Amino acid sequence: MNRKLLFIPLVLFLALAAALLVQLTRNANGDDPTLLESALIGKPVPVFKLESLSEPGKIYDQSVLRDGKPILLNVWATWCPTCRAEHEYLNTLAAKGIRVVGLNYKDDRQKAVNWLNTLGNPYALSLYDGDGMLGLDLGVYGAPETFLIDGQGIIRYRHAGDMNDKVWQKEVLPLYKKYGGDA
Amino acid sequence: MKIFPSLTALLLGGCLSFGAFAAIDTYQFTSDAQEQQYRQITEQLRCPKCQNTSIAASDSIIAADMRTKVYQLLNEGQTRDQIVQYMVARYGNFVTYEPPVTPSTLILWLGPLLFVLIGATVIVMRSRRQGGSVRAKSTASVVAETEISHSELSIKEQQRLAQLLTDVTKKESGGKGS
Repeated sequence: MNRKLLFIPLVLFLALAAALLVQLTRNANGDDPTLLESALIGKPVPVFKLESLSEPGKIYDQSVLRDGKPILLNVWATWCPTCRAEHEYLNTLAAKGIRVVGLNYKDDRQKAVNWLNTLGNPYALSLYDGDGMLGLDLGVYGAPETFLIDGQGIIRYRHAGDMNDKVWQKEVLPLYKKYGGDA
Repeated sequence: MKIFPSLTALLLGGCLSFGAFAAIDTYQFTSDAQEQQYRQITEQLRCPKCQNTSIAASDSIIAADMRTKVYQLLNEGQTRDQIVQYMVARYGNFVTYEPPVTPSTLILWLGPLLFVLIGATVIVMRSRRQGGSVRAKSTASVVAETEISHSELSIKEQQRLAQLLTDVTKKESGGKGS
C-alpha cells in the first residue's frame, strides 16, 4: 500500500485542529457563535398596538417607530442584569440627541417605572410589551436587544447583548449615518 | 491582563440569558389529534435561546412564549407548515430542525450522501485490489500440485523441496502485513 496514504488521517486531524483553533480565537476576541442573525433585517417593523409604559390605556402603534430619521428600539426588562449594565450608555446616547424608543419586555410595570425614575430615562417613548408578543414578532430571544430602524420604519440592524461604545462606534453608528442620522 | 476583557464578556454573556423557570403548561386541546399535533410541532422547533433544545423541552421564557403561540395558532386552525413558517419568519431558519435547501444549507443535505459515496468508493477500490492478489496462486495450491511428483524425487531432493516451500510460506505470511 502507498505509504503516503497513511498520512491522510494526520492531515485531516491537523485541518480539524486548525479550524477549531481559528474559531476559538475568534470567540476569545468577542465573536459569539450563539448569536442569531435577525430574520427581520430589511423588513418593516411588525404591526402592533401597545400601551405606553407609564400611562396604561394610552395606545401606540407601529407608526411611532417611523420618524423620518433612524431610531433605536431597545428591548429591556428589570429582570435582566445586562440591561442595567447598558443603561448608562443608553443615557449617553440619548443625551447626544439620538432617539431611543424603549420596549419594556415581559416585565412588571411598576418596577420598570421605578427603574427609569432612579436610573434616568433615556427613552423618548416607552412601550410596554407585558406578554412579550411584540418581542416574539421581532424575533427577540433574550434581553437586551437593540434594533436600528430607519426613517421609513424598516429594520436595518439588530444587536443582541449590551449596547456599549465599542458596539455603537463599530457596528451601529456607520449604519445610523448611512440611513440619514446625524451624530 | 488580557483575560479580563474575555472574562467580562463571559459574565455579560451569562447575564444575557433568561432565568430558567420550570413551568408546566396547561393547555386545553379540543381533540387528541390536536394535542398530538401540538407535541409534534413543539418538538420540531428549536429554541433560539438555549440552542439545540426543542421549544418543547426548554424552560427558557422565549420557549414558553413560542409554545403559547403554537397553541394559539393551532386553535386558529393553522397547519403545521403555516406555524413553522410563522416562526421561521421571526427567528430565521435556525428555528426549524429541518432547514430548507439553500446554497448555505446544501452541505447539510449533501454531506451524508458524500460520506456514503466516499465510503463506497473506498470499499470498491479495496476489494478490487484484494481480488487481484487472490487470483495469484497461493503456496498451498503449489504444494498440492507438487505432491504428485514427490515419489519421482530422491529423498535429498524431497528435503530440499520441503525446505524451499517452508521458506516461501514464511516470506508470504510475513509479507502480508505490509
